[in-house]
Amino acid sequence: MHRTAVKKVVRENVLDANDTLARANRDLFDQAGTYTINMMSSPGAGKTALLERTLERLHGKLRVGVLEGDVQTTLDADRLARFHVPLVQVNTDPGFGGECHLDANMVRSGLRELPLDAIDILIIENVGNLVCPAEFRVGEDTRVMVYSVTEGEEKPLKYPLMFRSADLVLVNKMDLLEHLDFDLQQFLGNLDAVNPGVRTILTSARTGQGVEEWCGWLEQCLQKM
Amino acid sequence: MHELSIAESVVRVASRQADGRKVTKVQMRVGYLRQVVPSSLAFGFGLLAEGTPVEGAELEIEQIPAEGRCRVCGVESCLGSFPLQCQACGGLDLEILKGEELMVDSLELEEA
Repeated sequence: MHRTAVKKVVRENVLDANDTLARANRDLFDQAGTYTINMMSSPGAGKTALLERTLERLHGKLRVGVLEGDVQTTLDADRLARFHVPLVQVNTDPGFGGECHLDANMVRSGLRELPLDAIDILIIENVGNLVCPAEFRVGEDTRVMVYSVTEGEEKPLKYPLMFRSADLVLVNKMDLLEHLDFDLQQFLGNLDAVNPGVRTILTSARTGQGVEEWCGWLEQCLQKM
Repeated sequence: MHELSIAESVVRVASRQADGRKVTKVQMRVGYLRQVVPSSLAFGFGLLAEGTPVEGAELEIEQIPAEGRCRVCGVESCLGSFPLQCQACGGLDLEILKGEELMVDSLELEEA
């Protein structure tokens, strides 16, 4: 039997389906008046520790909610449970081999559990990973990256996709700086090379350095809505 | 590893667009700024295509270099590596014109 091939022009963006769902999520956030942060970093950069400091500081000032993304376990959500804020854990494990990021659909599945009308700021703690989360919008207003000084100066040059997409970079674990060979100015130069003019705040979840400035930044975001 | 998720989406798009026919080739356009490793994408594609109309199809990836227009001097230039900067004046404030593509461009289908 003779078969010939025919060409079909498609021109379809691969992430269209995700972006459509992300826009639908964004509509939900806008209707509820919820400002949404997509927080990204490599594993162990201190996202959860910073969130603990953030929830302490904003207690009674702003109504913060948290959506925790992890491949497995509820360890992070358990750490945050003592703050009694609206909190939902999304495990990406049921995805293909345990997805290394949150996508718009996974976030949507978690939103059912959150009272958005009672949340001023929703912080989505993405899966720890320096590449994949950057590719998938989830409906966020803004993207915040946590970067720890133990990760080396060169990462912005190696992982520009994520560093380019951040609206704010929290440079964390500053309390360790004196024990490291980390060259902060070189890191900031590399960061500026891939994302010119991006705002940075130097933080330490351990000592509390920069937490006031970061919380002030969050309050400003809400005022600008 | 975002290649695996991207491969999954590519297979989904191609299967839906196949109109019930068998797909023999998928042509994609992938921009430099997407940081996609073509061999990883092809590997994931081959794996995930099994049992779909896309099984056995060739994946052809056209890589698109980054291009931008300088907001300072207005010149358009090719952006080879980071830092992305205008090749005429060295300016860093650029409007990205090409390099962010992630698209299924066309399919080759077996005639029904």
